[in-house]
Amino acid sequence: MNIAVCVKQIPDPATPYDLDDDNHWVVRPNDQVLDDTDRVGVEVGLQLAEATEGTVTLVSMSPSGSLQGIRQALAMGADKAVIIDDDTLKGSDALTTARILSAAIDREEFDVVVAGGESTDGYTGVVPQMMSEMLDVPCLSFARKVDVDDGIVTIERQTASGYEVVTSKLPALLAVTAGIVEPRYPTFKGIMQAKSKPVETLTASDLGVEPDVGQRVTEVADVASREAGDIVEDDGEAYLKIVELLEQTKVI
Amino acid sequence: MTERLKPETPDPVDFLAIDDLLTGEERMLRDTVRKFVADKVTPNIAEWFENATFPAELVREMGDLGLLGMHLEGYGCAGTSAVAYGLACTELEAGDSAIRSFTSVQGSLVMYPIWEFGTEEQKQQWLPGMASGEIIGCFGLTEADSGSDPGSMRTSARLDGDEWVLNGTKMWITNGSIADVAIIWAITEGDIRGFIVPTDTPGFSANKIEQKISLRASVTSELVLEDVRIPHDAVLPNVTGLKGPLSCLNEARFGILFGAVGAARSCYESALTYAKDREQFGKPIAAFQLTQRKLVEMMIGVNTGMLLALHLGRKRDEGSLSAEQVSYGKLTNVRMALDVAREARSVLGASGITLEYPAIRHMNNLESVYTYEGTNEIHTLILGQAITGIAAFS
Ligand SMILES: Cc1cc2nc3c(=O)[nH]c(=O)nc-3n(C[C@H](O)[C@H](O)[C@H](O)COP(=O)(O)OP(=O)(O)OC[C@H]3O[C@@H](n4cnc5c(N)ncnc54)[C@H](O)[C@@H]3O)c2cc1C
Repeated sequence: MNIAVCVKQIPDPATPYDLDDDNHWVVRPNDQVLDDTDRVGVEVGLQLAEATEGTVTLVSMSPSGSLQGIRQALAMGADKAVIIDDDTLKGSDALTTARILSAAIDREEFDVVVAGGESTDGYTGVVPQMMSEMLDVPCLSFARKVDVDDGIVTIERQTASGYEVVTSKLPALLAVTAGIVEPRYPTFKGIMQAKSKPVETLTASDLGVEPDVGQRVTEVADVASREAGDIVEDDGEAYLKIVELLEQTKVI
Repeated sequence: MTERLKPETPDPVDFLAIDDLLTGEERMLRDTVRKFVADKVTPNIAEWFENATFPAELVREMGDLGLLGMHLEGYGCAGTSAVAYGLACTELEAGDSAIRSFTSVQGSLVMYPIWEFGTEEQKQQWLPGMASGEIIGCFGLTEADSGSDPGSMRTSARLDGDEWVLNGTKMWITNGSIADVAIIWAITEGDIRGFIVPTDTPGFSANKIEQKISLRASVTSELVLEDVRIPHDAVLPNVTGLKGPLSCLNEARFGILFGAVGAARSCYESALTYAKDREQFGKPIAAFQLTQRKLVEMMIGVNTGMLLALHLGRKRDEGSLSAEQVSYGKLTNVRMALDVAREARSVLGASGITLEYPAIRHMNNLESVYTYEGTNEIHTLILGQAITGIAAFS
């Protein structure tokens, strides 16, 4: 089975990063890391590959930089990567991203496309749905448990009140939610092998896609800082005070 | 010179930004071990230490990660650089010296001599299983009456027809009671040779040393060999004399000089957090000059220790590291770590004597680390000889 997993390299969330003053784009450092939600996607892809003796191809649109984030996913066990690194794609909106990723995936036959529900840095959360339209395959969103058997993929779709069981024929696209599987640690051997796994770098024109970024971020504002909370000193009767406060705010 | 200094205050732990000196691959390896330790070791270590249990269930997981014999090539080993091996030791020992000790013994003291001095058959037979963690090894050099002076050992091996017959008692042997195989160093015809001895061989027994107050989460044992008969080809063919065990010890000491930094870092981090949080006389104890001095000394120890380790690691990877430089690193970094642990313990006050905080556990562990793999005194004498040209011991 051929499995494509969409992954994103993002600036390390543990260290502060900047937005460009003019266009408000994220200033991307040379060393980026694998988006944490994509670790989940990679894990799902690897589990499907292990169950079906398949291969996992990573597909990513981002400046290559040191490729550190991609290598992290290869170290987990993915077989190869395709990265679309093109200056004309800077500041891409979700639609352009979906067109590029779909075009890259569509070059080869695939059975399953796995994508994270949303990225940690962009948060548009619509790319998987757009891709499924472009690739003309069903989109199984909010997938938590994933099984493939005999050409049929079955997922549990997370809902507000529980889950639905959804099945589809292959090929199909899965948008996975965080927390469904525990992403594996990259092993030492995996890390050592990662540097010799094939990484193909493409531009938009290699894919025959004309970048047409229609979106501009015109302003970025900080979240209004929250007011300090009230502190209730516990003199043994604090619970009464708290119950009263909760009643006032109509929480209880 | 650049024109101005960076405006940001350095990180309180990685103050010198040593992280920037690592490659992406090294950081990835380090992060893998750090996460493993955070998930599997840190939550349980106080209990293991208290109950004096070694977490045998982690061995296979360490094998799966590639931690065992990681710096060796082939035979199922990961084949990492020396720096990567060192960084892994730092993270493991930040968890507990017992866990690092286990990997040092397995990788550097047992797998390494087989890999370096063994026959192809011996390598095929032992290394893949040891790399995966199916087979646990121990290293028997020290005896009750033969510690710093291993040349005085009495354990003997003699050829009897087609078999070696081993007799003697080894003491202070890490992993002894849980090992499947032991590398036993013994005197034969006036020379020291290494033997690969399966621990289920008749005549071989191991007695766990109880009531120790250091490295409690590690198994330390006495090995008794009474007419242990092993095949002719169980000897390591390609080394004779003290050079054999000493080259193994050099491997392990290299891991220790990185590992000690991890133990120190763990102590410092816990003292720093505590000092900022704990209030006395109406302010955090971190606000007192005396405490700040302690914290700063700890921070400096951890950072210079890491720089030293990384420097020696880079030299090792380029093939220019000498045994005396390893002694320098082992001596300096273990001493530093012990100082940091004691200082951290004092910052933690009464809490510092409990297992809720890591300082006293590391402090006690480091007493062993100070003594094994060449005591502080022996490394001082090695350095003394190196700079004066005069041996104060033989
Ligand atoms: C927890 C633990 C695990 C161990 N694991 C192993 C293992 O797996 N395998 C193994 O073979 N061994 C192991 N050892 C043994 C360790 O290597 C020895 O303890 C060490 O070599 C010191 O020997 P000793 O304890 O007999 O001390 P001694 O050699 O008797 O030394 C006692 C003191 O005298 C000092 N001293 C000795 N000679 C001189 C000198 N010439 N000049 C100045 N001072 C001197 C020493 O530095 C020390 O301070 C372990 C020890 C411990 C504590």
